[in-house]
Amino acid sequence: MTTAISEIDPQELPKGVSLWQDAWHRLRRNKLAMIGACYLIAVIIMALLTPWIAPYAYDAQDLRLGATPPSAAHWLGTDLFGRDLLSRIMYGGRISLLVGFIATAVALVIGVTYGAIAGYVGGRVDAIMMRLVDILYALPFMIFIILLMVVFGRNLLLMFLAIGVVEWLTMARIVRGQVQSLRQQEFVEAAISIGLSPARIIWKHLIPNALGPVIVYTTLTIPSVMLLEAFLSFLGLGIQPPQSSWGLLISHGVETMEEYPWLLIFPGLALTMTLFALNFLGDGLRDALDPRVSKD
Amino acid sequence: MFKFLGLRLLQAIPVLLVVITVTFFLVRAAPGGPFDDEKAVSPQVKAALEAQYNLDQPMHQQFFSYLIGLVQGDMGPSFKYPGRSVDELIFQGFPVTAELGLYALLFAVALGVLAGVFASLRPNTKQDYIPMSAAMVGICMPSFLLGPILVLVFGLWFDVLPVSGWGNSPGDKILPSLTLGSTYAAYIARLSRSGMLEILSQDYLRTARAKGLPEHTVIIKHALRGGLAPVIAFLGPAFAGLLSGSFVVETIFQIPGLGRFYVQAAFNRDYTMILGTTVFLSTLIVFFNLLSDVLAAWLNPRLRYQFK
Amino acid sequence: MQPLLSVKDLRIHFHTRNGLVRAVDGISYDVHAGKTTAIIGESGSGKSVACYGLLGLIPKPPGKVEGGTADFGGKDLLQLSEAELRKIRGRGISIIFQDPMTSLNPYLRIGDQMIEPLQLHFGMKKAEAWKRATAVLEEVGIRDADRRMNSYPFEFSGGMRQRVVIAMALITEPEIIIADEPTTALDVTVQAQILKLIAELQRNHNIGVIFISHDLSVISDIADDICVMKNGEIVEQGSRQQIFEQAQHPYTKKLLDAVPDTHKDIVENNDSEFLVVENLCTHFSSSRRAPVVKAVDNVSFKIKRREIVGLVGESGSGKSTIGRSILRLVDPTSGSVKIEGTETTALGYRDLKMLRRHMQMIFQDPYASLNPRMSVYDTLAEPLLLHKIATRKTLDSAVFELMDSVELARESVLRYPHEFSGGQRQRIAIGRAIATKPKFIVADEPVSALDVTIQAQILDLLLELVDRYELTMLFISHDLAVVRYIADRILVMCQGELVESGHSDQVFDNPQHPYTQTLLKSVPGKYLHDEIAAG
Repeated sequence: MTTAISEIDPQELPKGVSLWQDAWHRLRRNKLAMIGACYLIAVIIMALLTPWIAPYAYDAQDLRLGATPPSAAHWLGTDLFGRDLLSRIMYGGRISLLVGFIATAVALVIGVTYGAIAGYVGGRVDAIMMRLVDILYALPFMIFIILLMVVFGRNLLLMFLAIGVVEWLTMARIVRGQVQSLRQQEFVEAAISIGLSPARIIWKHLIPNALGPVIVYTTLTIPSVMLLEAFLSFLGLGIQPPQSSWGLLISHGVETMEEYPWLLIFPGLALTMTLFALNFLGDGLRDALDPRVSKD
Repeated sequence: MFKFLGLRLLQAIPVLLVVITVTFFLVRAAPGGPFDDEKAVSPQVKAALEAQYNLDQPMHQQFFSYLIGLVQGDMGPSFKYPGRSVDELIFQGFPVTAELGLYALLFAVALGVLAGVFASLRPNTKQDYIPMSAAMVGICMPSFLLGPILVLVFGLWFDVLPVSGWGNSPGDKILPSLTLGSTYAAYIARLSRSGMLEILSQDYLRTARAKGLPEHTVIIKHALRGGLAPVIAFLGPAFAGLLSGSFVVETIFQIPGLGRFYVQAAFNRDYTMILGTTVFLSTLIVFFNLLSDVLAAWLNPRLRYQFK
Repeated sequence: MQPLLSVKDLRIHFHTRNGLVRAVDGISYDVHAGKTTAIIGESGSGKSVACYGLLGLIPKPPGKVEGGTADFGGKDLLQLSEAELRKIRGRGISIIFQDPMTSLNPYLRIGDQMIEPLQLHFGMKKAEAWKRATAVLEEVGIRDADRRMNSYPFEFSGGMRQRVVIAMALITEPEIIIADEPTTALDVTVQAQILKLIAELQRNHNIGVIFISHDLSVISDIADDICVMKNGEIVEQGSRQQIFEQAQHPYTKKLLDAVPDTHKDIVENNDSEFLVVENLCTHFSSSRRAPVVKAVDNVSFKIKRREIVGLVGESGSGKSTIGRSILRLVDPTSGSVKIEGTETTALGYRDLKMLRRHMQMIFQDPYASLNPRMSVYDTLAEPLLLHKIATRKTLDSAVFELMDSVELARESVLRYPHEFSGGQRQRIAIGRAIATKPKFIVADEPVSALDVTIQAQILDLLLELVDRYELTMLFISHDLAVVRYIADRILVMCQGELVESGHSDQVFDNPQHPYTQTLLKSVPGKYLHDEIAAG
């Protein structure tokens, strides 16, 4: 009781384990998630450095060469125009990842803002805002995106926006649900009764606690967005040649898969492996951040 | 219940109106008319063509005459297939797409629910990991990749199944249905697993076991209803996904369905066809969402009670 | 007399990732026909596992029966196969679970759930089983049983659902019923009805009951034999008389002492009025069409300086809403609240913030009332900094002083809420409430989520702090024993209205309003208090 303050050395105090650290420990024990994370980091670094490390330009043709199987000069072979497949996969990955990240960022910004406002304000505003989301949910967005692509041509920027605009709905629902349940928690009431300002309550008490599900959903949105891009490109409605994306490469690969199977297999592998990595990481994060799992 | 249904139907009307309006004006706002790339069309012929298709009228008038036509079930003539109406094309293609979608959905629900429930009974064991890893593959393997691979393996290498057409040779419906359904089987497996896990931890299952009920009765009678609620709610979105997925699958397997018509119409800038198909599919999707909502509500006695 | 069930040296262990947990470690007890064997213990003592393990109803793995015997009608339950056990579950031994809100299947009509054991164990036809179930439903006191058979669980109140659960356990006329905290989730008046019902049925059908509870007062009213469990072992067992009159084990004595019986000396008050509430109304409506809920309806009372006033009522009586309305955590619909003469209902944000320094709240659930992502240091420092009670320089020592005053070890200052037990968390929450040196505290069920021995510690801490910091307190609780222990004066709420108020003794010994009389009659522990009164 009477220990003087000076007698306790702050350095010696046992450090508590915050929930973030806790989650990090759990995540680190999840081998699949960690492999996924490492693979993703490698892919991202490769995508960033592509212009410097790619063996060939993505549009460098060598028509005399034609389609060749993997060789020392072209590790993954070449396509019908004699273009190096490895380089095209690397450049294609840049586009696919870019679409994935930017469209997800669009969804994140719109969804979190919208959901947080609806959840925090509550009442009639919330009811109207969520009614709108319900109605939008009922719209056939996939068909709309295709329509947009048809009508306005294959515009990369438009694609980011269109996909982002579809994906924000779920994000808004998740954030709104989180904020709403947190608002009813007693620790938020306690913060109000201390006299904290709403801004500080949102910043210190609501956001850190709502962050977990948002992170998880973000990680899981990226692969679904990348799939959507690949889907559009496969139909010929996304990226246009000579630019490449994984979806486009797969679509070209399908046309000649009987004669030149590697043109389908390698781009297919690139896409699936990345999707695997993202999904494993997302699942791992969900398990790590969900306190219900930590009880055993 | 009828009140609930009526309420939901009323809500569907503005949604459909929005869909029709947005689609109509989007299509009309598109740069380049349908007859722009026909080489030898003289201005007179073009004007005549446009007059024939009402394109010379003011925009709002076009819109209203389209709406009126729609109510009467007339979506106008196709731009690219002279002499044929959009309705004709849709009703030629839709039965094929519907059949494909139905098989895919049946396959997805049957496999997905079985795998998911099976996995949930022994979480974190092999019985869980194996089906769930398979589900992960299903989610990461898009239909436009799985389809070609199946074609390559079963059609070309082993030559056991036909790889194109629909209803022309025995077994040619198998590969397209599997391709289209696989992703949804995977999602349904994951949904039913997590739904079941949540229900399996509920106290009322302990009550059921304490009565002495055998485990299969506990699962089937007491757990499935609640555990599969997320799957029921997913059926609406899954249906929408199946329809757009049919675009790819019908292209890969050369199936003369609505999806393939739509993609072709998109490339041909056959505007009345795009418009008609979008409106048709949207209506279908809106109503399927409605149906899965109603089904979910009907299975939940509490919701049912509220709308008595 | 031959016991119905005789458990010997039962050992059940859990092999978890964090090591071996000896949930039940060598316990023995008997159950006799028509008698009640009570197992009392705090959370985590293994009392539920000790019963569920007999019927194979514990998760395996990680749980495993390591040894012992359980003789039930000549068979050792622990040696039976799953198929043989199923014949006993619901037939020879039935269970009444704790929470009637979650123990019935929400998707099935209660009739369908009730007839299951009959069809299963007796092979009855549906129509016959339905008739029998209707009769049993009537027997447990559900009116209009014919029609109610077709209802879903959510159409029943908590007490009614528990009656359904009891009917379901009873329907096969089992020899033994395991009642696992069957009244813990219920209001006190409902609890009294359910306890009476169980006792009646037990007498009529000559059933042996295993009654699991944490509540000594409840046990004292109904038990014939008592086992006191702690950490997987029975530390003491004997007849009710032996346990209550000649307790040997220190833990049993601690449990008995923890039951609040005497009340504190009433402080001779000065007459200065601290809080004046007049005609307070707080109404809610979920939507414009929904009917208005009058959570608090025209309530007036006064609290004097340094007085502890207990606010008593059952769930839904509006007692919490009064506390929150006074602190402006919800905005009252009409009426006036004056704290030291200041009208709080009209204050703007800035003035309210100034006032909040002087009035604080302690919440019920220490698991929900602390931000899980803030350490003890952050939690306690927040109010200190906000109201400029400490500067950056003096912050460390101010936080440590607070921890001292709520008796938390200084070493744990950097830890996070999930690393503490319920009682310790409540200490953190109390520390946060007294950080600003407030004059007034609303304590909303501050001990009802805690184990009974911890309850006593927290109550004593509160009393000490009230004394030291000269606090005025509104103490909200459903637990009359606790309120009597701590409060000088008592207010009784029923359905949004104040029905009675007065000094503790006056209200307890001579209640005026019929509701208060019912409430007091329902309080369990008559035997216990008579014992204590007798010396």
